[in-house]
Amino acid sequence: MSANGFLYFPGCSLRATGAAYEESLLELFRVLAIPLTELDDWNCCGATSYMAVDEGSAFLLSSRNLSIAAEMGGHEIMAPCAACYLVLRKTLDYVEHYPEIRAKVEAGLRAAELKAFTGVKVRHPLEILYNEVGVKALKQKTTRKWKGGKIACYYGCQAVRPYDEVDRPHNPMRMDELMNAAGAPTIDYALKTKCCGGSLTGTIHEVGVNLNEILLREAVRKGAGCIVTICPLCQFNLDTYQGEMRARGVAIDIPVLYFTQVLAWALGGDIGKIGLKRSISGRAAIEKWFSSEEAPAYA
Amino acid sequence: MPDQNGSVRIGVYVCHCGSNIAGIVDCKAVADYAAGLAHVAVARDYKYMCSEPGQELLAKDIQEHKLNRIVVASCSPHLHEHTFREAVLKGGLNPFFMHMVNIREHDSWVHLNHDPATGKAKNLVSGAVRRVARQRALEKGSVDIHPDVLVVGGGIAGIHAALTLANAGKKVYLVERQPTIGGHMAQFDKTFPTLDCAACILTPKMSQVKAHKNITLWTYSDVQKVDGYVGNYSVKVRKRTRYIREDLCSGCQQCIEECVYKQPKFYDEFNQGLGKRKPVYLPFPQAIPQTPVIDPETCIMFKSGKCKKTCVEACERGAIDFELKDEEVDIKVGTIIVATGFKAFDAARVPYYGYGHYPNVYTSLEIERLVNASGPTSGHVVMRDGKEPKSVGIIHCVGSRDENTNRWCSRVCCMYSLKLAHLLKEHTGAEVFNFYIDMRTPGKGFEEFYQRLLKEGVHFIRGRVAEVTDWAYDPSEEGKLVLRVEDTLLGMVRRIPVDMVVLSVGLEPHKDAQEVRRLFNITCANEGWFLERHPKLAPVNTFTDGIFLAGACQGPKDIPDTVAQAGAAAAEALALIDAGCIEQEPNTAYVIEEHCSGCKTCVPLCPFGAISFKSEVNKAEVNAALCKGCGTCVAACPSGSLQQHLFEDDEIFEEIEGVLAYV
Repeated sequence: MSANGFLYFPGCSLRATGAAYEESLLELFRVLAIPLTELDDWNCCGATSYMAVDEGSAFLLSSRNLSIAAEMGGHEIMAPCAACYLVLRKTLDYVEHYPEIRAKVEAGLRAAELKAFTGVKVRHPLEILYNEVGVKALKQKTTRKWKGGKIACYYGCQAVRPYDEVDRPHNPMRMDELMNAAGAPTIDYALKTKCCGGSLTGTIHEVGVNLNEILLREAVRKGAGCIVTICPLCQFNLDTYQGEMRARGVAIDIPVLYFTQVLAWALGGDIGKIGLKRSISGRAAIEKWFSSEEAPAYA
Repeated sequence: MPDQNGSVRIGVYVCHCGSNIAGIVDCKAVADYAAGLAHVAVARDYKYMCSEPGQELLAKDIQEHKLNRIVVASCSPHLHEHTFREAVLKGGLNPFFMHMVNIREHDSWVHLNHDPATGKAKNLVSGAVRRVARQRALEKGSVDIHPDVLVVGGGIAGIHAALTLANAGKKVYLVERQPTIGGHMAQFDKTFPTLDCAACILTPKMSQVKAHKNITLWTYSDVQKVDGYVGNYSVKVRKRTRYIREDLCSGCQQCIEECVYKQPKFYDEFNQGLGKRKPVYLPFPQAIPQTPVIDPETCIMFKSGKCKKTCVEACERGAIDFELKDEEVDIKVGTIIVATGFKAFDAARVPYYGYGHYPNVYTSLEIERLVNASGPTSGHVVMRDGKEPKSVGIIHCVGSRDENTNRWCSRVCCMYSLKLAHLLKEHTGAEVFNFYIDMRTPGKGFEEFYQRLLKEGVHFIRGRVAEVTDWAYDPSEEGKLVLRVEDTLLGMVRRIPVDMVVLSVGLEPHKDAQEVRRLFNITCANEGWFLERHPKLAPVNTFTDGIFLAGACQGPKDIPDTVAQAGAAAAEALALIDAGCIEQEPNTAYVIEEHCSGCKTCVPLCPFGAISFKSEVNKAEVNAALCKGCGTCVAACPSGSLQQHLFEDDEIFEEIEGVLAYV
């Protein structure tokens, strides 16, 4: 980590459904005094549909962002969204290892009058907090006592597979360790990397929501009072459809937060600035846990 | 051509090796080409030169055509150099007037196009013809074989080999790293497919080892250094101290009884940690020798120096001495049998099966201890949570046949899984599921055992288990371990909830296999299993003469195969010992004294310690009995005064010129 901190790539979701992720992330990094500089004129990362339909275009989109990062002199680009992280990371990998992809990407960049990128690294905030700040330091910086009961740390698929830099693919534990450091106990959650339904909740709704329900029920069965994620799509899926499940008679109402929300709060961040009001499920619990005499209730 | 033997008459023989060579190389064209070379009196191509008629043809031609040099272009000298030297000898020629050209491994097997391959064969034959004219008559030396044998490893392989040799009247040193002999077999409960008790058949043999007048048993010891060559190995063995004198100890175990630790507290290696031991312990009741060991890692005396030393008081014979040091002994042996065995695969390397994460996931070796009457639970199958399992899932091929871990089949897991399924059912009445990729039951009585298990009502599900999880899909799965698996016979994904999971771990080479390999100057295949000289025809020999392999150190094996191989290794050693001596290749290095400047460059380079320095005349000297003909000194000598029989400069230069002569 350089003194200038990291280049920050928000991606579309952190400016839309995942706004709470951005708000809490910025607040957390402010508390930790790690500077973030937003990437100039960034564009779509190239995730999901692009990658599935036209890999070449996905690599080009992604490469434009990486090229701008190189141009800005920042060699470490932080992508909090798991999908952004994966596409950017995959682009680096493929451009390095497949000459034909590299040639296409370089031609595309030339046409846009952009330079080829070298030495750019893609990083995820979970791994940054774990490696650069560390469990010990986080523990020392924790100022608020966690009142929310046990947490189910849910990692999802994209951040830990196929690349293992964020955490190990089988039974990742870094988020658990960070939560524990912030005083929050975690459960042994066997489904921590199983599918949240992804975009199936929008396309084949029943299948997607069923996958979601499995995750939620198991977390509750294991005694979790709260689910914490590192991915905006996971958070959206788990948070949004609980009402629908309740309508079917499934007794479920559990908060689904970003890990940055818990950490920013625990480290004494501004309660009004970590996106708590954006949660849909488990509102009563959130209100109870995060109310504090030192700051007005968020609602 | 000038030659010390008068006129040179060469016979050239080009072998077809069936279609092995002739399929690519035009053998007749090569023979025709050779016929036109200088000094070649006869040149023939022939279907199989190594056959009886082929060899007779050689001998007959030597007589009829008065040949005095022979070139055979065929396979690798590794395979048939000996054959053709014998044939040449039969024809009345010194065998070292024969030179072999490898046009199979070096030519037909590695090339696809006929013309270039034929051209290459001609090149090589041309070189050999020029070379062979220069070759000198040589005589083989002979070295005596020391009759004593070193057996390394005291598992069933080492035990069987040692007993076979000792019963034949040979003196055997048996060296074992652990405090007791017995190896993995001592940990097993029953043996497949007969279900006879492993201890009942093993422990009598262990006692025989201890009692045998021809066997010197050193446990808790390891081989530190091996020098020398076939027939004459010097070995340094380190005997680690037990802090209890073996010669004084009566095996009464009062020291264990009276240890300041009233209860066993430490990880018990023999029971895979399922039981506990004290700092002073005997690995298991029938351990051989019956001398306990004091473990300095856990003994208070070594950790703090402040202990009441109740063990010392308890020992009537005064055998305990904390001041004892490791000992080193030097021995001379003629042959060595390496029987160092295997290591069980570390199940934690496959995180999706939950070993170390879910307490009721066990390895197969742990189950062996759990079902064993002398095990930590006296044969009571209770899980780590204290309950008896009502259902068990046994996962085959953990750490075997897996791109992520080991690619080989460990050969024994199918059968031991069946055995454990039977035993678990017998002990607990539990419902048992086997998850397999393929059932491999090719041994004697194995398939019948599999059929028996099917009749006993054990379930068999064909499919590699995806994961073991405690995620409960519905209330029936709560508190269970769920195996998620694609049942490939049913064509669907299944969830099988069970109480206990057994991982049938594969066999791996020991972690230090590479160091052991270097110690004995033998070879390893890529995976780390020691390499036999020939997979079919020399399965217990290594590439180092006088060193043999027995048991699972060469590859995964069950007990019958291990014992058979141990017997074979012992027989090979006996063959050498009873011959009394072994012929030695004459391709040794020698010093041309008038050229030697006494620079001593060669002396430290020799891997076999064969070169000494005669300071009185300031010259190097090669001990032909020690020289293995590697040529290192010859290449290194700055003055060219080191030469090597069969690789003389003029022979090599002629060969090079010959190879380059054909275009």
